[in-house]
Amino acid sequence: MLELMNVSKRVGNQDHIRDVSLRFDKGSLNVLLGPTLSGKTSLMRLMAGLDKPTSGDIHFNGESVVGMPVQKRNVAMVYQQFINYPAMSVYENIASPMRVAGVDGETIDRKVREAAALMKLSEFLDRTPLNLSGGQQQRTALARALVKGADLVLLDEPLANLDYKLREELRVELPKIFAETGAVFVYATTEPHEALLLGGKTAALSEGRVSQFGSTIDVYNRPADLITAQTFSDPPMNIVPMTKSGAAFAFGGVSVAVSGELAGLADGAYKVAIRPHHLMLHAPSGETLAQETRVSTTEITGSESFIHVETEGLRWVALTHGVHRVEVGDKVPVYLDPRSFFVFDQQDRLVAAPSQDGLPHEDLASASAGHG
Amino acid sequence: MNKVQNNKAWFMVLPVLVIVALNAVVPLMTVVNYSVQDTFGNNVFFFEGTRWFSEVLASERFHGALGRQFSLTATILAIEIPLGVAIALAMPRSGFWASVCLVLMALPLLIPWNVVGAMWNIYALPDIGLLGYGLNWLGISYDYTQQPLAAWFTVILMDVWHWTSLVVLLAYAGLQSIDENYYRAAQIDGASRWAVFRYIQLPKMKHVLTIAILLRFMDSFMIYTEPFVLTGGGPGNSTTVLSIDLVKAALGEFNLGIASAMSIIYFLMTLLVCWLFYTITMQGEKS
Repeated sequence: MLELMNVSKRVGNQDHIRDVSLRFDKGSLNVLLGPTLSGKTSLMRLMAGLDKPTSGDIHFNGESVVGMPVQKRNVAMVYQQFINYPAMSVYENIASPMRVAGVDGETIDRKVREAAALMKLSEFLDRTPLNLSGGQQQRTALARALVKGADLVLLDEPLANLDYKLREELRVELPKIFAETGAVFVYATTEPHEALLLGGKTAALSEGRVSQFGSTIDVYNRPADLITAQTFSDPPMNIVPMTKSGAAFAFGGVSVAVSGELAGLADGAYKVAIRPHHLMLHAPSGETLAQETRVSTTEITGSESFIHVETEGLRWVALTHGVHRVEVGDKVPVYLDPRSFFVFDQQDRLVAAPSQDGLPHEDLASASAGHG
Repeated sequence: MNKVQNNKAWFMVLPVLVIVALNAVVPLMTVVNYSVQDTFGNNVFFFEGTRWFSEVLASERFHGALGRQFSLTATILAIEIPLGVAIALAMPRSGFWASVCLVLMALPLLIPWNVVGAMWNIYALPDIGLLGYGLNWLGISYDYTQQPLAAWFTVILMDVWHWTSLVVLLAYAGLQSIDENYYRAAQIDGASRWAVFRYIQLPKMKHVLTIAILLRFMDSFMIYTEPFVLTGGGPGNSTTVLSIDLVKAALGEFNLGIASAMSIIYFLMTLLVCWLFYTITMQGEKS
């Protein structure tokens, strides 16, 4: 079990990590989700023991490990770049942590072959890393982390530099492979859908702070604040400043009737966030708020289309499935469905989230988030 | 599909061919020409075949110069490459001092050969030079105009002073290209400082070091100015390396046949060593 207690890290006059407290259980899968420079790598380096926290304490299995040199911690780490010993064969690369640890030759051979088989590297054992494809190089690095039998496995965006197909493949296999080792498994990523696919628990990071930590699905469904919601949304959530009075939410002079949780909120100004795939270009059934917008950009990937629109000085993006033909400059109405509202107060705290059974129909087909 | 023949392309390449012909092939052919003929003046030539080549290859004088040349080059490489790598390793990786070091390192490279020669010549003079005087004052007998060993020492010192920087800069560039995460990974593996050098830094520097060795080999194999400025190849013929011997034969004795044959052997030898070295180093890259 890895425990971070009020950990902060200052470098020069910059705060890299601010007062982070986390608890990762043995054998658990934990995702660090956050944009670039949010502190994922800094946090991992603190966990590994490569850096010392400026303040706070880090415990492993109940004992403080601050100040313990990294070699003594039994940690494995895999990076976004493919890091292998360039002059060694794949075999020797995988064997290297065991050689340092002084494991006997027979065990080394058995473990190397096991790991190589698991990572589909068996036929490349004699090659040097430079003669392998990117995916094979990264699998070598992963195999090296695997054979070490580490108590803590840190993967820092390990799939970011791989091509799409390999990522899909490894993303499914990795948690399974490492789960069997019983290690604390920490996986850093910038991509919300990667976090969702991995499952487990997610810590949402932004500007060196953990804004929320909990089961991945819970964090996705009920982000505690706006920043967490944004971290967990790609493309970003659409923010609509709205006023609530009585049983209606109003934006730009138009209002829509709401019921249930939303109707129970105190009257006043709120920030409403809507996921891109809930911003609809066709009116769904039920009460909606229609807003005239102007198309500023469209991105069509084939299976889905991103329609960027502008209205009242706000920029929104709608994600629809299939190819959606609109021209830049077109006037299109978009429909805001109260059943998809994430409502935040003026301090950006979540006060209401969509209930999981009453969502608009389009999200069922949404390809981006898997589970809405 | 049939290959399209584009004969117009030849016209585009023609200017380059003409330039290369005029500045490389023609002068080289002149040398080749001299190396197989003899003349008594008045543009009358006699074909001599391989006579000059056999004479050069059999001569004690050539063997001597060649031996001195190889020892000098080997010594220079043996000092400059490890020293350059060591300095590069010791240099700061970033920040103000990294820039300072780089500028200091680049300075010697900007000084012309004969200036370096003259500088060290004066610096090492036993009666008025600081180095020469200092060494003698310490009780070490040092006079490069009299002692072959002292002359050798001075020539090597000059070259090391002048060119180690080049190795440093190349090795430093190689080191800078190593991602910081390699060091992190090694640290997590518990690798020693030596292991980091042996398994990460050295392999990552392999290509730049190959270039450094090739450049320093070629340059030091063609060394001329330093021994020439220092003692003109002496004392005796102790610093008469190939290039000095060649100039003596060609311009001192006007032995054109011998000198031309020597030039060609010299050229082929440099080429051969470089090719061998490169082939052996790069072997195993594509296995």
